[in-house]
This record gives sequence, C-alpha cells and structure tokens, in this order.
Amino acid sequence: MSAPRVVLVDDHQLFRAGVRAELEGLVEVVGDAATVGEAIECIVATEPDVVLLDVQMPGGGGAEVIRGVTPRRPAVRFLALSVSDAPEDVIAIIRAGARGYVTKTISGPELADAVRRVADGDAVFSPRLAGFVLDAFAGGMSEREVDPQLDQLTAREREVLRHIARGYLYKEIAQRLSISTKTVEAHVSAVLRKLQLSNRHELSRWAVERRLVE
Amino acid sequence: MAVPGTHPEPLRRDPAHAVVAGVCAGLAPRLGVDPLVLRIAFVAASAAGGIGLLLYVVCWALLPVGEGEPAGLLVAGSRLPRRESTMVAAGIVLLLIAVLLLLRTWGLWLSDVVVWPFLLAAAGGALIWRQSQRSEVMETPPAERARPGGGAVPRRTLRLARPSFAGAGLGTTLVLGGGLVFLWLTGALTAARDVVLAVFVVVVAIGVILTPWWLRLVRGLTEEREERIRTQERAELAAHLHDSVLQTLALMQKRADDPREVAALARRQERELRAWLNGGRSGEPRRTLAGALEAVVAEVEDDHGVPVEVVAVGDCPLDEPMEALVAAAREAVLNAVKFASRAPISVYAEVDGDRVEVFVRDRGPGFDLAAVPADRRGLRESVVGRMDRHGGQAHVHTRPGAGTEVELVLPR
Repeated sequence: MSAPRVVLVDDHQLFRAGVRAELEGLVEVVGDAATVGEAIECIVATEPDVVLLDVQMPGGGGAEVIRGVTPRRPAVRFLALSVSDAPEDVIAIIRAGARGYVTKTISGPELADAVRRVADGDAVFSPRLAGFVLDAFAGGMSEREVDPQLDQLTAREREVLRHIARGYLYKEIAQRLSISTKTVEAHVSAVLRKLQLSNRHELSRWAVERRLVE
Repeated sequence: MAVPGTHPEPLRRDPAHAVVAGVCAGLAPRLGVDPLVLRIAFVAASAAGGIGLLLYVVCWALLPVGEGEPAGLLVAGSRLPRRESTMVAAGIVLLLIAVLLLLRTWGLWLSDVVVWPFLLAAAGGALIWRQSQRSEVMETPPAERARPGGGAVPRRTLRLARPSFAGAGLGTTLVLGGGLVFLWLTGALTAARDVVLAVFVVVVAIGVILTPWWLRLVRGLTEEREERIRTQERAELAAHLHDSVLQTLALMQKRADDPREVAALARRQERELRAWLNGGRSGEPRRTLAGALEAVVAEVEDDHGVPVEVVAVGDCPLDEPMEALVAAAREAVLNAVKFASRAPISVYAEVDGDRVEVFVRDRGPGFDLAAVPADRRGLRESVVGRMDRHGGQAHVHTRPGAGTEVELVLPR
C-alpha cells in the first residue's frame, strides 16, 4: 500500500515543521496551511487522504475547516491533533466530523500509524478520548426517545473502549478478547459514529460540566 | 473565668417556639414564667386600648432574632404553599377587620381618620420589614467560582429575591396610600393639591433633564470596573507565566545537556499549566479519587521523569478505603517505573455503581509471575496485602514480553 497523502494544518509554523520532519518517509506530506482559509483551499486543491488538523486556530478552528471542506471533498478524512485535552474541544471536533483525536505529544511512528488507520477509514481513539466517551455515555438517558442504535454503547464496545483507556493497542485488545483486529476496528468505528450522531443532549452538557469541575 | 449567671444570654426573640414572632417565647425564660402567661398578658393589654400591641411591636423591632428554625405566623407564608399562604393572609385580614368593626360599634374607637390610614400604613410597613429581613440573608456573597489564577477580586453582590421587589413595592404603596388617605380624610390634601401638582411637575422635569447624565454615569462606572478587572486579570496572567513558564524555560536551557531532565521539566510545566488553564489551583488536589490519583501520579512523574497518563471515568469522594486504593495504585505505578524502565505507563480508573477499578499498565518487558521469589515483598505486601485488608482484590497480569498490568478492585 502506498504511503497516505497528508496535509498539515496548524497555525504554529514551528510545530508544522516538527511534524513534517517526524513523518518524513512514513507518510507523504503534500501540503500545509496555517489558517482556516488557506487550509480549505489547500485541501480542495491537493485532495489528500488525511488532514492532520489542529483544533484551536484563529478564525473558527479545526471544526470550521471540516465544515468548509466536506461538502466539496467528502472523501477527505480528518485526524485532530491538539495540545488541548479538554473534553469540550475533543467532543466538538469529533462531532464536527474528525475520525480521531490524538494529542501533540504523540511520537512520530505512532502518529504515522494513526494516519494510516484513518486513511483506511478506521477511527483513532487515544486512551483519554476513550475515557471521555465512556464517561459521556455512562449516565442513563432519561428521555423516552432513546435510540439504542445511537445513544447507547453495546457491552462489547464498552469493553473495547475500556481496553483502549487502559493503554492497550488494537492488536493487543484483539488478542485479549479473542477477536480479530478488524473486529476491534469495527467496534471503534461504531463508537465513533455514535459519538458523532447521537443526539444525547447530555454529551455537550457533560463536556462543559466536566471542564468546570476540573 | 466566666461564672454562669454573670453573663446571661442576651435577650433574643425565639423564632423556634414562636406563635407570632417569638417575642414572648424569647422573654419568658428570662422572666422565669411560662410564655403562655406573657401571651395572655399581651393579648389583655392589647384589648385595653392597644398598649399591648404597641409594646409587642416595639419588642419585636428591638430584640434581635435568636437561633432556631423559624415558626409562627410571621413566617407562615414561607412554609406554606403559595396559594395557602395567600388564603391565610386573607383570613387574618378579614378577622382583623371583623374585630375592628366590632370595636367600632362598641365605641372603643379613636376615629375613622386615624385608624384606617394607620392600618394601611402598618400593613405596608410590615411587608417592607419582612422583605428587608429576607434580603439580609441573601446578601451573603455567592461562593466564588473557581477561575483561572484563583485570587480574583471577590465580588459582593446584593441579590434581592425576585418576589421581594413586588412585596416591597406593595408595602411602599400601602404606606403611601395610608398617608394619603389620612391627609384626604383630614382635608389637608385639597389645600395642598396645588403645591403637590407644582412639585410633581418640577420633579418630572428634573428627571427628564437628568436621566441621560445619570445613565451615562452608570455606564461609565460599569466600563471602568470592567477595565479594572481586565487589567487585573492581565497582571495575574503575566505574573503566573513569569513565575512558572519562564522559570521552567530558563531551567531547561541550563539543563539542555540532560534530555531526561528537560523532558521531566517540560512535562511538569505542561501539567501545571493545564491545571491552571482548567481553573484548578495547584498544590491543592481535589479530595476525590481521580484528584488523588492525579496528584500521586504527578509526584511519581516528578521524581522519576517517566510519563504516566491518567484516565478516569467517573469519580467518587476520597474515604479511607479509597485512600488505600490510591496508595496501592501508587505502589503499582512505582513498581512499573522500576521495572519497565522508561516505557510510558497508563493508569485507568473507573468508578462503577458498586465498585471501583484501577488498572496500572506498563509496556515494559513483563515477567514470569511464578518465578518471583517469595521473599520479594514489593507487590505482594504493599499492593495485594493492602487491597485484601480493605476488602478489595489485586491481580497482576503479566507475561514476559507483554508488559505488566496490575488490576485493583474495591467494592464501594
């Protein structure tokens, strides 16, 4: 399989250069951008497989980039890369359409691995994101219009998320649960879909409240 | 030494045993009589020309309120549902009017000119009085919300309960109405009408002229205050960045030849800055399981320079068994630091309905559990033993080459 084509979006030039150097030889970086406008233009022009997207940028941030690109290039996938680990940032960018969330302290090879995973259409959950999701879906929904397809996690999905939060890699999880790595990926993708589409009103409220107590 | 009796309790109303406002209940213990005797005396004195009523009102106004859950007529409204309290109020008013009419036919009566306006004004005064008492309670400043940097300007806000404005308004209207009725009945109003009209016109004119200035003044004050708060926040931010971030950066430049030390410094600074941005106060871990775990992990990171990530799902207060759990988790993390060299460590805590689980996982070489000599007490005593004593369990999952995971379970 050829190396995935990547566009870097981050308003810090220094950070872009650092990531570019780290990913050298692992993925093909076809462009980078520092602002929301530049990013949309660049992505539409180069049509990369994956966009590494900073969450906090002047002029609307990563979510604005996703909203600008998706109608014109629906095949482009986004992986959020951020220094923030605040729940409302994480949840917001995932709900805007990012297929994963990693923090900027991630190592080069791990990042390249995450990019490949997203390029393949899978979801990338950091331990922290897995923890957030478990927390956010923990409260029982009081409303009558609970959609079990979207508003609840299955026991298996919960188990997979708990392993991610405990620091296990997908293939280790597959081993422990005696399922294939593909199945683990399918579970994570299903969780991602629920996270994006669930209209659990608690989700956003939870994210905000969580920040308040921290 | 204070001898009992030389410093008697100050006289107070006793709202806990009140029938009306607690005056009798407060006075009775001091006088050494049953409150009922006092009550009868007051009622009798009231019947004889209203002296008792006057005395009661004076006492009520002068005596500070004592401690205790309020009872009695004056707070009946706050304890009854709204509808019922209105009914009670209406009932009291009707009874009062009946008694007054009775007195009037008997001839125990001053004159219409005095009594009716007085009643109106008294009712209004009572309303205002009650509202002002209630607003005192509301005056205590609301708990300061945690803000970045903590030491913010404490803001004192007087918040009147919303209905109190309506109450106070009604009271004021009643008092003014009482005054007007008195003036009207005595005929002073007709004489004063021209003067009142002139005064009214002048007041309105002055109001029209001054309102714009007044509004501008108020707006200017608000802006000035906001500006001051902004400046203060900026100063605070600068002070914080100087104290922490700049210091750390300077330290990192000095230690540039020791990558391990630099990484540890950077990591510590990152953690502090994050805590600060999220509004937490450094040096004051939360008294919850997640807070304690984070504090413990931060300490280990500082001492050993190994990155440890904590993910907590749910949280619970930190009681004694939870402290034991945290201590066991700390031992497990230290163990991981010791044997997994520099590999990152994950700590995952989950608070469920009836139990708490903590997993400490490292990506180190792992080991053969059966091959650990029996005299090695580290994990066995400090982790497994500790959990046993508090009714929990500890399991160690490890295989050579597959890292190690310590699982701690504690029922709640």
